[in-house]
Amino acid sequence: MLYASGRFLAARAATTLHAPPRARGPALRGKRRELQIPGHLETPSYDSLTGLRTRSSAPPARRVVLRKGRMPPAIGSSHAGSELRLRRGRCAPQASRAGGRDKVPQVAARSLKRPAWSSWRFETAGWWATLAVVTLLSFATRFHRLDQPAHICWDETHFGKMGSYYINRTFFFDVHPPLGKMLIGLAGYLTGYDGTFLFQKPGDSYEHHNYMGMRGFCAFLGSWLIPFAYLTVLDLSKSFPAALLTAALLTFDTGCLTLSQYILLDPILMFFIMAAMLSMVKYNSCANRPFSAPWWFWLSLTGINLAGALGVKFVGLFIILQVGLNTISDLWYLFGDLSLSLVTVGKHLTARILCLIVLPLVLYMTIFAVHVMILNKSGPGDGFFSSAFQARLSGNSLHNASVPEHLAYGSVITVKNLRMAIGYLHSHRHLYPEGIGALQQQVTTYLHKDYNNLWIIKKHNSNTDPLDPSFPVEFVRHGDIIRLEHKETTRNLHSHYHEAPLTRKHLQVTGYGINGTGDSNDFWRIEVVNRKFGNRIKVLRSRIRFIHLVTGCVLGSSGKILPKWGWEQLEVTCTPYLKETANSIWNIEEHINPKLPNISLDVLQPSFSEILLESHMVMIWGNNGLKPKDNEFTSKPWHWPINYQGLHFSGANDTDFRVYLLGNPVVWWLNLVSIALYLLSGSTIAIALQRGVQLPAELEGLTRVLLRGGGQLLLGWMLHYFPFFLMGRILYFHHYFPAMLFSTMLTGVLWDTLLRLCAWGLASSPLGSRIHVMGILSLLLATAYSFYLFHPLAYGMIGPLAQEPESPMAGLRWLESWDF
Amino acid sequence: MLRFFKRPLVVTADINLNLVALTGLGLLTRLWQLCYPRAVVFDEVYYGQYISFYMKRMFFLDDSGPPFGHMLLALGGYLGGFDGNFLWNRIGAEYSSNVPVWSLRLLPALAGALSVPMSYQIVLELHFSHCTAMGAALLMLIENSLITQSRLMLLESLLIFFNLLAVLSYLKFFNSQKHSPFSPHWWLWLMLTGVSCSCAIGIKYMGIFTYLLVLSIAAVHAWNLIGDQTLSNICVFGHVIARAVALLVIPAFLYLLFFYVHLMLLYRSGPHDQIMSSAFQASLEGGLARITQGQPLEVAFGSQVTLRNVFGKPLPCWLHSHKNTYPMIYENGRGSSHQQQVTCYPFKDINNWWIIKDPGRHQLVVNNPPRPVRHGDIIQLVHGMTTRLLNTHDVAAPLSPHSQEVSCYIDYNISMPAQNLWKLDIVNRESSQDTWKTILSEVRFVHVNTSAVLKLSGAHLPDWGFRQLEVVGEKSRGPHESMAWNVEEHRYGTSQEQKERELELHSPTQVDISKNLSFMARFSEVQWKMLTLKNEDSEHKYSSTPLEWVTLDTNIAYWLHPRTSAQIHLLGNIVIWVSASLATVAYTLLFFWYLLRRRRSICDLPEDAWSHWVLAGALGTGGWALNYLPFFLMERTLFLYHYLPALTFQILLLPIVLQHVSDHLCRSQLQRNVFSALVVAWYSSACHVSNMLRPLTYGDTSLSPGELQALRWKDSWDILIRKY
Repeated sequence: MLYASGRFLAARAATTLHAPPRARGPALRGKRRELQIPGHLETPSYDSLTGLRTRSSAPPARRVVLRKGRMPPAIGSSHAGSELRLRRGRCAPQASRAGGRDKVPQVAARSLKRPAWSSWRFETAGWWATLAVVTLLSFATRFHRLDQPAHICWDETHFGKMGSYYINRTFFFDVHPPLGKMLIGLAGYLTGYDGTFLFQKPGDSYEHHNYMGMRGFCAFLGSWLIPFAYLTVLDLSKSFPAALLTAALLTFDTGCLTLSQYILLDPILMFFIMAAMLSMVKYNSCANRPFSAPWWFWLSLTGINLAGALGVKFVGLFIILQVGLNTISDLWYLFGDLSLSLVTVGKHLTARILCLIVLPLVLYMTIFAVHVMILNKSGPGDGFFSSAFQARLSGNSLHNASVPEHLAYGSVITVKNLRMAIGYLHSHRHLYPEGIGALQQQVTTYLHKDYNNLWIIKKHNSNTDPLDPSFPVEFVRHGDIIRLEHKETTRNLHSHYHEAPLTRKHLQVTGYGINGTGDSNDFWRIEVVNRKFGNRIKVLRSRIRFIHLVTGCVLGSSGKILPKWGWEQLEVTCTPYLKETANSIWNIEEHINPKLPNISLDVLQPSFSEILLESHMVMIWGNNGLKPKDNEFTSKPWHWPINYQGLHFSGANDTDFRVYLLGNPVVWWLNLVSIALYLLSGSTIAIALQRGVQLPAELEGLTRVLLRGGGQLLLGWMLHYFPFFLMGRILYFHHYFPAMLFSTMLTGVLWDTLLRLCAWGLASSPLGSRIHVMGILSLLLATAYSFYLFHPLAYGMIGPLAQEPESPMAGLRWLESWDF
Repeated sequence: MLRFFKRPLVVTADINLNLVALTGLGLLTRLWQLCYPRAVVFDEVYYGQYISFYMKRMFFLDDSGPPFGHMLLALGGYLGGFDGNFLWNRIGAEYSSNVPVWSLRLLPALAGALSVPMSYQIVLELHFSHCTAMGAALLMLIENSLITQSRLMLLESLLIFFNLLAVLSYLKFFNSQKHSPFSPHWWLWLMLTGVSCSCAIGIKYMGIFTYLLVLSIAAVHAWNLIGDQTLSNICVFGHVIARAVALLVIPAFLYLLFFYVHLMLLYRSGPHDQIMSSAFQASLEGGLARITQGQPLEVAFGSQVTLRNVFGKPLPCWLHSHKNTYPMIYENGRGSSHQQQVTCYPFKDINNWWIIKDPGRHQLVVNNPPRPVRHGDIIQLVHGMTTRLLNTHDVAAPLSPHSQEVSCYIDYNISMPAQNLWKLDIVNRESSQDTWKTILSEVRFVHVNTSAVLKLSGAHLPDWGFRQLEVVGEKSRGPHESMAWNVEEHRYGTSQEQKERELELHSPTQVDISKNLSFMARFSEVQWKMLTLKNEDSEHKYSSTPLEWVTLDTNIAYWLHPRTSAQIHLLGNIVIWVSASLATVAYTLLFFWYLLRRRRSICDLPEDAWSHWVLAGALGTGGWALNYLPFFLMERTLFLYHYLPALTFQILLLPIVLQHVSDHLCRSQLQRNVFSALVVAWYSSACHVSNMLRPLTYGDTSLSPGELQALRWKDSWDILIRKY
């Protein structure tokens, strides 16, 4: 919101400033108080990035100079120029966009006064050198002691294991989209990891297994965050100090460092988020040369990175939202520009649809296609998916299955719930505990394949063995009254007027009777959904319901997890509500009947779109299932920005090698203060502009940076932070890190701008000229020093805990809640 | 004196007969046969209970919403002289003669009736014609679902009333902004906006959506005001402050006031006491107050106490121990210390008593004068009945293997030393010298040897632990309420001998002191419990999903006559529902069409027609979207009646769209006439549908099975047909 209004304001301000001649050019510049701030606009690259070329007041010669900058001579430059003239010629009020772009920081123009070749070269070299230094430092910090500890840390146990699954090509289930794990697997594969390590639990030593490839890959991606942030801020604020400050804050943040050093999805996710942000910002600054090569390049790169971010975790949706909002406002301004014909606007729109919607979608689907192509062997994730899905997996009992097609009495079957991730009807030799319904055998649903999932289908009124060869085969038909006998325990599926263990309004389902002899509560009517009475029941393809004869309720699974006594399997109930939901519809998966001929069933192969849909349903279902329990300490979103509590990556006791994920408190608290300061200064400026206050020209550029660039970053922070308050799933501290990146960039922009404002305000006093340099320097030094203090958190430490005086971290436990 | 008579007495009345007629019709439809059925209908069973609690002044906690709505209903009961004696246990139960049904149902019915003329006013204030305004009001009048919902003791009609009042008064305020800012008229409407917003929130939390709507419209208007450079800075400042006070401060204040009245009214202990903290319970008359009245305030060495867990989830319970020991080997093969079990027990019991002991001394009685226990003191806790000491050690707890087992120490002489020293940590202390106070102090017990904290894990022990709750020692993972305990019952121990002491523990506590909680403490506790109380998500036969609401794919059977097939359903007028949704879609499409064209400097509408069109849409579609879309994010059981507030906003928009079509899209007079004819035909069909559904709305006529079957226009409608 702030971002949008910022843009609006800037546009407004630009139009108001348009008319008076003082904005026109060098004539007035002499009168201005000069801003003597070293480091600010001494970079011509900055000019070339912002589209100063469109200034019609800039003499042609200067343009030539500029064109030799970083950007290749754009094909559209003359075109853009002419367009611009047109814009100016007509509609004054509509020229907001043109005016806004056109007037890009007034202060900037000063550097144009000395187009000296030598200094220009010198500065380009400096530009590259700084970037190189920033990148090098980032890589150095991330790769330092990367191999330690040589055991599994925290979630490496999951993601490392999933990487191994890709190498072994076994199918598994995870709540995140596959790209991140695929990349980890690829990195492992390329660096000679063979996928044999078990990744059982945190703390297990890697021994001879090659884990450095995977860690190195994550650290490699994690290291790029800093140069990306540096370039983004440079582009948004046009100020070296701001970009340097951001880079330093991120480099010296122990949290970012820790999170980048292990086999996790987060460095990959953050890499794509930051890359998308950077390419979006870059493409915004090419806006004055639409359809030029760099414009296309950055636009499609944005799309590619969006697909990457979404392909790693669903958190990628937030950056998609941000790019979407940016694109909408962009198109809105283009649309309002009456100098552009509707055809041109249409071209703009099509280009964005192509690059930001079609391209990412195609890539995203490709990721899934590769995912299902690689994982073609049966594995631990099978049970989460429908019978049809499993038929794809080699090694699964349904792969190239040949089973009897129609269900007959005496068949041994497994019954699977149609709802994703509920599993098979299951029973085992344990009773419901006392106080929970009748003291009879538990019936649950279970996601894994197991002998206890087998049931025998029998006639309700006779207990003769239907497999006796003397009897003819009798098929089960729609509407028949049957009994389901649990094969292992010979108890019947049973229901009665007792409340179900978790869903109080439903009836309890139990296993009852001995050797198949029970009572009339064991009778169920089997019905095929949407079929006529008397039809046979097909394996796999018929969608069936079991209706309890006595109470009239329907067999279903509530999807709720039973407590310990039920082995955390899912609750099965008999629901009196006859609404048709997937929870109460089942299909027959395995089917064994020696009296019937086996028929090969390959009709089942689901199409790719079905696979895609099903995977997503299961992922969403899985995500919803991750609920925190009462009486457990959980991380709350409000804990995160204040760095309230960290996460133990490795070890907790004083003899262990301890790594503790915790942000550098100096950086994080500075970020927190900055957000408050930003809101304060931003709204003050916005209100002042709305009241029509005429700002001096020097401030004009600064406020625009603050409102427009800062607004984008604030929006990014909000989009990556606030949705977590709405989430019901269990949350962890590391979910905040994407938001933290944005907040750090905002800090860089804010402090640079505020210090410049101070410098401008104090220009008359001797302090004024130095306050900016001093301020930035002291911030840099403070961060570096705090990193020196806190670096053991990230690089690991052994020794007593922080409350002991002889600990390496003694005196640094600034909050009670930090336990390192 | 006589001069008074010299002038004629003149009264000029300016009566809008439309309004009078609408009010009359509204009252007629809503109040007609209000006492019928004289039986509990649907959710009356639920609200009726609360009315009874108000009548009996007993404390209750309803997590569904703030108390203002309940209090309004109870006001009806109070005026009707209801004594609260009715057992609200079953839908369909006949009311006994002491229940004043008419006055209980009167307030919601009045609110429903007044919504009709108010919607007329709102459309007028939006600068649309009288004809349009009449249209909106007439639609409100014949909408079956609104009629059903306002004729019973339910809260939706009150909520809708205050929603509409908030919108209306904001519009009145906004329209007087141009001519007479800061006039009494202006102030009145501004204040009324804030007041009605907070009333709406006070009835149901859903009211927040309309509050947000009004707030955001007011914010946009205020932002334009700031940009108005003809006004002085002072004037702008005054405007902004006035709005902030009326729309932010007053609602917050009123919200507190509702709770203040609520807590003032309910001063007796009631059925929900258990959920509340000991301090809160002690502030209620009867219940815990009766027990704790006159307890000594400061806990001293030698005090006998019961310790209640502050978090109280999954159950409120007290620290407990008994003679039984932990089983040597658990089911899963892990071993235990085989010492005496320590659990948390949800019932009052003699085994819940503990004695605070000074580790340095042997005596278990209180000195004279008593030596109070302070924050940071090291103490031992002695179990009253078994005289064993509370202990924890590096043994995994039975159900939470990452935490330590807590036991009462038995010396088996197996080199497992006693570790029974605990450091007292008062969580809500004001200074580090604070003493430990009965009921008021929330304390943590930090184990001296292992720095583990005594905690309720929330798990139920298996049969060997009598299904009591597990208590563990957990090394700090951040403070959590399940680690905090407070002293509930307390007395100074005087018996030296164990036998005497056991007798003493059996006798009730007696001594003298009492302390009341401040209103803010009570308010924040009630508020917090309301927001965090987790209702078991119950499935309901008539629950529905938001998607089913727009197309009216669902209904709710409210009541069935015990003998005949007369029945009441919450069922909307399907013509109105569908056309209102279509109007919303039409508005949205037209709006974006105009917006895009304006962006290209093509103005289809004159400037003020455009601004009226925008404001009407912001209210209509904005109100609908804000009151509807959030339900997609909610994970609770939802019913069709949750849609009614959104529906009213759609109904307001419907005639506006029609007028717009006729004014701006019909090119010729002929087209206009045809369009009017169509509108009349459409409206009469709505009336017809309304009339057909009337038996299900009022439930006064018993239809034959065939007729009922004929009314079942959608397969998903559940109309009850008796089988004879």
